[in-house]
This record gives sequence, structure tokens and C-alpha cells, in this order.
Amino acid sequence: MTEPRELNIPLGPLPSDVEDVHGERMILQMGPQHPATHGVLRIELETDGEMAVRAVPHIGYLHRCFEKVAENMQWPQIVPYTDRLDYLGSMNNALGYVLACEKLFGIEVSERVRAIRVLAAELNRVASHLVAVGTYGLDIGAWTPFLFLFQQREHILDLFDELSGSRLLYNYIWIGGLSHDLPDGWLKKVRDFLVYMQPKIPELNTLLTYNKIFLERTGKVAVLPAETAIQWGVTGPNLRGSGVKWDLRKIEPYSGYETYDFEIPTGTGEAGRVGDCFDRYVVRVREMEQSLRIVEQAVQRLERMPADDVRAAIPKTFSKVPVGEIYFRTEATKGELGFYAVSDGKSKPYRLKCRAPSFCSLSVLSKMSPGLLIADVVALVGSLDIVLGEVDR
Amino acid sequence: MTVSEIFAKLSAALPGRGLTLEEGAVEAVIRVPREALIETARRLRDESELNFDALMCLSGVDRAAELEAVYHLCSMKYRHRVTLRCVVSKDDPVIPSVCSIWPAADWHEREAWDLIGIRFAGHPDFRRILCPDDWEGHPLRKDYAVPTSYHGIPLTAQLPPENTP
Repeated sequence: MTEPRELNIPLGPLPSDVEDVHGERMILQMGPQHPATHGVLRIELETDGEMAVRAVPHIGYLHRCFEKVAENMQWPQIVPYTDRLDYLGSMNNALGYVLACEKLFGIEVSERVRAIRVLAAELNRVASHLVAVGTYGLDIGAWTPFLFLFQQREHILDLFDELSGSRLLYNYIWIGGLSHDLPDGWLKKVRDFLVYMQPKIPELNTLLTYNKIFLERTGKVAVLPAETAIQWGVTGPNLRGSGVKWDLRKIEPYSGYETYDFEIPTGTGEAGRVGDCFDRYVVRVREMEQSLRIVEQAVQRLERMPADDVRAAIPKTFSKVPVGEIYFRTEATKGELGFYAVSDGKSKPYRLKCRAPSFCSLSVLSKMSPGLLIADVVALVGSLDIVLGEVDR
Repeated sequence: MTVSEIFAKLSAALPGRGLTLEEGAVEAVIRVPREALIETARRLRDESELNFDALMCLSGVDRAAELEAVYHLCSMKYRHRVTLRCVVSKDDPVIPSVCSIWPAADWHEREAWDLIGIRFAGHPDFRRILCPDDWEGHPLRKDYAVPTSYHGIPLTAQLPPENTP
């Protein structure tokens, strides 16, 4: 038997509000290849027995130089790169980037294009939340809901496959329009999907949400107070889980969201305390229901709208664009997705900065982890629903 | 409140600090000298009528001769927004950190240092964030030359040639 080696990593000072339980502290490297880190994330966890006293996230493993590449690409060529930021919510990323460009360049698109974009973005939100909820069950130790939800997600991916030609990275929403019009009979298939999908959410609630073990593992765990969430720039379902009614689709509506009827679910402390892991989880489940409502309304509108050319407003050239800068934000699947674009009038952006929601959600981890059990750190990371493609860009 | 109202309120409260309003084509920006940044930031957050409790985004921009840090702030209560711009020379690219005012600035400032090379004085954990710790240079500088290798790993990928018309 080999003797345990002593770690050569200096231990930091113990935070003042954390009790030194056993006096035996060690460093645990969680990741970068660990299923519960949802990608390539490394968390340097300082533990005292079963308790985490300090957590330092190390990111950058998936850094693909999005902002540098963007400076060397013409404005419309960047759309496929935005798909790869949060690869589970590609439509929402492209929508955010495209709307920023359209506002900067003063491009107006038709009512029908706006409705198709909303339809695509909301279907994509359901697909993204299905992964978030499914993998969260997996982190906690529930294997069946994961398979059950991926099965439902498959139907959405098939719809997108028919719409754009690919299942994950669509390049569908373009500056000034869309790449293709809707395929014949596609809206009927979306209708069939809605009929199929609506009863699945109560089924999910029976299977996972109100499962006794799941409630025990997520209720009252890793509470994120609303004030802390706002200070650290946490947005999206994580902020709403803390009970803040903040959704950019309502607050700064874009692409016609103000004309759709939907609610903003917030955390109510059902499983114990407002802002715990369960609240962040359950907000996503309820958002899926609301997204399906929006999809239904969009389908209804599109069925009545006369067909038009979805490429009509696409500029013929980007060689001369207005000079200026803009920060445009949209409610992507993970929270506020902002694009800060600086144009110097040339065909390529002078600077394009992407404010990714997961980047800010992850930064709060070092604040929240001290005092949690190691297993609860896993529950916390999962409940924040981060996608490393967007954290590292 | 609109940006010009916020600016009027700020410049009345902080006279002689050199705050200026830059009208843009799409959005107006308040330009703040770095000496007045912390004071301005604190006032924006604490003044009850302004209440800018959230820093949504912090971006570094290389403007050839100078470097800029651009702060996008938002008030959750009043739902208004404002943009601050702080400009420093490339020879002395130091800006005071706003981490103590908005903790969200922590990672954003590290990113601006990593990619653009702005130093944030007073940051609690100042190091690179996306690139490796021993990376040389700041990739988003306009004069950045891509290194030919990193620890013996050739970096042969070429950036696409300039094809601006």
C-alpha cells in the first residue's frame, strides 16, 4: 500500500464565517473532466471533512476566441459563431446578435419574420430547459428523468432539422430575415408536437419535481438571496428562482414579445426557502409551460398570415454600415445575453463583446460555496445551468 | 430616466469632475475620467433616484491610441440603463476596480485585463481568466501578433486575410 502523498498546494485562510470542523483541510480538484461540471470546468475546492470552505472556478478550457474571430469576420458571417456560444440555445443566441445588428443598422423586418423568430426561439428554450432539468436530475442521482426528457427534446430537434437542416447549430436567423421560409406542413407538425408535449410536463412533475428524495436534495440547499444575485449580475431563471420578477421579454420586449400572452414564473420557496436549488429548478419547468403557450400563439398567427419573402430585408452588402455602438440584450435561455457591438462603418465589427449569462451565473459560485457539503456544491452547479461554451466563448 | 437626465443629475452632484455626455447615433454615453470613476459609480448605485444596482456588462475596447473600459449599468427598480466610458492611455492603462461597488465586475475586469490589457487597481484576485496564466500579450489589442508557438505547440492557424472592400 502506498503512503498518501501530501499536497503541495498552499491552503488559503479560512473565511471568517465558516466553522473549522475537523481541522483537516485538503484541496479537491473537481473537473475539468467531471460529469457534474457540465462541460470542461475545473473547480478548485478546498474542503474540511465533507464541507467546502472555498471554491475557485477555473475557466477557459473551451475558449475559442469568439470575440477575436468576430473582428475578422463580416457582420453576417458571425451568426454561425453565435450558435456555438450556448450550443443548447442556438436560436436565442443568433436572435440576440441579429437584433443588435438590426438596431445598429436600422433594419426593419416583417411581422411574419418576427413571429417565426419567436416561434423558433421559444421552441429552442423548451429544448434547452429540457436538457437543464434532465441533467440536473442526473447530477442529483435520478437517471430516468434524463432519458425521458431527452426523448421529448428529440422531437424538437427533429422539427429544427426540417426547418434549418441541422439539429443543434442552426444558422437560421439572419441579419434582416431568415435563411429559409417554413417548410410545407411544418406548422402542422409543431401543432402535433404541442398536443404531444403539453401532458409531458405534469408527467415530469410526478416523476421528478415532487419526488421526495429530489425535494430533500434541493430544498433549502444553496440559497441565493435576490440581493446577492443582482449584485453578481445573475440573470434569467437563476434570478427568477430568487423571487425577482425580471424577464427581458417583458421588461424590454423585442421581436414582438409584448404582443404574446405569457406569465413569468418566479421562485416561491415551495420546498423550503426562496432562492434554493429547487426554486431555480422549478422555474425552468414552469417556463417550459409558458414557452409552449407562446409557441401556440405564434403558430396561430403564422397560420393566418399571408406568406412573404423572409429574405426581403437582408442587405445586399455590408461594405458600408452606419458608424456607432450598441449594447443590445435579450432573454436567452440562461439569462441576459448582451451584445456590445462597435461599428466603424466597415464590413467587420470593430469590437464585438458578448455578455454571456452563464459567465455571470458561474462567477457567483465562489461566493455561494463556502459552508456547503461537497454533494451540495454539485447540486448548486447543476441548478445554475451553465453551458461552458458560453462561459469561455 | 433618460441618459441626459441621469447625466444632469450626476454632474450637478459631482461638479468639476470632468464628466461629459457623448451623444451617439443609437445610445448616449457618459464619459468619466478615471479619477472620478469610483465616486461616480458609488453615486450611481447609492442615490435613491438612480439606484443602479446591477453591472450588466464591462467591455474593454482598443481605440488605437487609447484603451477604453465601457460599463453597462442597469437599475432593476427603475428599469433604466446608462453606459459609462472610461478612457486611459496605452502607456498607463490603469483604472480603479469597481468590484467593491458591483461584485459582478470581478470576472469582467479579469477578462478585460486578459484580452485587452487594462489593469484594474484594487481588484481582489487579479489574474488572467480565459487564456493560460503564462500567455503573453493581450489578444484583442489591434496590434497583437499571434505567437508562432506555445510551449512547443505550433500555432499555425492563420487569420483570414483582410478582405474589406
